[in-house]
Amino acid sequence: MATTYRNCPRTGLQFDTEAEKLMRWNAVVGVVFLLIGGIMALFVILTRWPSVKLLPADQFYLVLTAHGVDMLLVWIIFFEMAVLYFASSTLLRCRLATPKWAWVQFWLMIVGAVMGNYAVLSGESSVMFTSYAPMQASPFFYLGLILFAVGALIGCFVFLGTLVVAKAEKTYEGSIPLVTFGALTACIIAIFTIASGAVILIPTLLWSVGIIKEIDPLMYRVVWWGMGHSSQQINVSAHVAIWYAIAAIAFGAKPLSEKVSRFAYFLYILFLQLACAHHLLSDPGLGSEWKVLNTSYFMYFAVMASMIHGFTVPGAIEAAQRKRGYNNGLFEWLRKAPWGNPAFSGMFISLVSFGFLGGISGVVLGTEQLNMLMHNTFYVPGHFHATVVSGTTLAFMALTYFLVPVLFKRELILPKMCALQPYVFGISMGVLSLVMMGAGTLGVSRRHWDMAFSGAPFQYEWPGAAYLMMGLTGIFGVIAVVGGAMFCLLIVGSLLFGKKLDEGKVTTERTPFPPNTVAANVSSTGSAEHVAVPGTMVLAMLLLVSFVLYYFVNWKYLSEVWGLS
Amino acid sequence: MSAILPPADRLWWKQPIDKIEWTWIMLAFTWAMIMFVMMIYWHINGKQNLSTETYKSTREMWTAKAEKFIAENTVRTETDQQIPVVKVAPGGDAYLTASLWKWWPILELEKGQTYKVHLYSMDYNHGFSLQPTNINIQVVPGYEHVVKMTPTQAGTFAIVCNEFCGIGHHSMLGRIYVK
Repeated sequence: MATTYRNCPRTGLQFDTEAEKLMRWNAVVGVVFLLIGGIMALFVILTRWPSVKLLPADQFYLVLTAHGVDMLLVWIIFFEMAVLYFASSTLLRCRLATPKWAWVQFWLMIVGAVMGNYAVLSGESSVMFTSYAPMQASPFFYLGLILFAVGALIGCFVFLGTLVVAKAEKTYEGSIPLVTFGALTACIIAIFTIASGAVILIPTLLWSVGIIKEIDPLMYRVVWWGMGHSSQQINVSAHVAIWYAIAAIAFGAKPLSEKVSRFAYFLYILFLQLACAHHLLSDPGLGSEWKVLNTSYFMYFAVMASMIHGFTVPGAIEAAQRKRGYNNGLFEWLRKAPWGNPAFSGMFISLVSFGFLGGISGVVLGTEQLNMLMHNTFYVPGHFHATVVSGTTLAFMALTYFLVPVLFKRELILPKMCALQPYVFGISMGVLSLVMMGAGTLGVSRRHWDMAFSGAPFQYEWPGAAYLMMGLTGIFGVIAVVGGAMFCLLIVGSLLFGKKLDEGKVTTERTPFPPNTVAANVSSTGSAEHVAVPGTMVLAMLLLVSFVLYYFVNWKYLSEVWGLS
Repeated sequence: MSAILPPADRLWWKQPIDKIEWTWIMLAFTWAMIMFVMMIYWHINGKQNLSTETYKSTREMWTAKAEKFIAENTVRTETDQQIPVVKVAPGGDAYLTASLWKWWPILELEKGQTYKVHLYSMDYNHGFSLQPTNINIQVVPGYEHVVKMTPTQAGTFAIVCNEFCGIGHHSMLGRIYVK
């Protein structure tokens, strides 16, 4: 079977036909699971909203488990598979390695996801996403996750194989693009993640069918988080790569410095996974030195890396805009940005939310002693809705707006609604994370059905502010679900009813990177033609000041609680 | 379109880094070091550090200790369930059992005194969430965790379970009195 290539007439990107099909299907299935997870989200939020309290306890824990699995794993990893194929075969202009294995990836992940969902929805596996042993789910739950992970692992190897193919067939010169480098970082972290998952889920599966007698609960937590937290680090690497990609696509922005951005990714590879310890800071049996070293990503080098990306992405946009003449004052470049383009607005809201809400709260939550103020409270989901939803999911949504015409060859329907959607989703999700963290600061538990403790031997009355925060969680949660539903509607609607676009020329010959095009020229990097980026520096300083203040406010809170030693 | 194209300058790693970027990198690095040192500083000078004293234990070993503690120190019982209220000697050990779905017994402590509170779970993971103080500690089955606590306020405190432990999770509420 000969490989064919299509040249997109709108972007000049070249797609291996088979890889393109895989990207489309992985993205579509991802969006389907986003829809399922979103329906679950609505039930979760309507139950935790104290004045609504929709579902009974058993159904609440069931939909909460499904929401966690479908959102944190299924939707995101399906989409990431599409990103990996895009960042390798499309950006390197080469054929996809072993497309048949890539289809094995796709089908195994489908089988795994369906099996996992079946296990949860049949009511046998309401164990939450974390499934802490000795609480036991049905064997299909673990088996589903294992098959899903094996599928993802195959996808990672197809990605790596494609890098090898590109290098061997000399489809590019020099180094891989920065976005591909980011995807490679995500892929390396994914392999670590899946290995940890295998180490813990395979014995747990054997335990659930009675072959192994006991799983040590603490060992389970330590190794499980090697998968559970690392899988979110894949997202960080992937969505940062998407920020760079959208900045490049929407503005022709070039990285301020290839060296700095790649070094920051390299720090991710070295240190990011240590953050698995974030979930174990209030556990027995682990030493303080272990906790301090790991939770700080070995002296906060991965936080430094994120702060660098948080600077270089808007910096690249500012430099590109200033070159276009938006040079007035500190922020004209930002004011005159294409705020009506959902790919840009989604990306920028994702960047700001991830930095200000997700990043700062994550570091505070992951500080050894401060963790005791928030461990297992509503603060935790508040934090990760700012990272995984406002950060990752919104970045993926933004990229999807770009992909619909390019990959699916359809025009977006209802362009005004498309322009609105990132704001509805992004802003409500930002407020949602804030009020969730507020409730957590007041002690409200996560994964808890009843703030009134019905059936308990005594009563405990939460502060009135906690009820206020939970009410706001309900309101903004519902708006966020509406924002998510808008996205699913717009994308599915565009794929079905959007105006068909010219698909471009399909050939059996690969087209190399065009020499001396505008694109090739602007990619010369370095400081020689550097433009100053004072606006970005102001934004970055604002982040740093908020970070420092919030960090020390929490130490103040900690100093006021009971003495512990 | 450069972040999605191979760098045009093949020797990109030889290009100098701009001053403004260096400034930000050094600021980020300095802040990272401050945060790292802060955790160590708190271990030396802070009054809130989680104990790491932990023992592997079994249900039988734990039950023997916990029952002896309750039998010797109970001052009264409360509620229909006859939950023992146990007065802990200042500086003494208290044994608090988490199980589906109760915290057992009720502890009675004195403000300003330090106690060694032993936490143990009989079945699943549970979460010790002391409210409204808001101290949260994971309780992992099989591991006896000895936490030294010094109450700083008098009053009635609730222990909420904040680790999901099954259908009755929301009803798992315990109590500590501080006089």
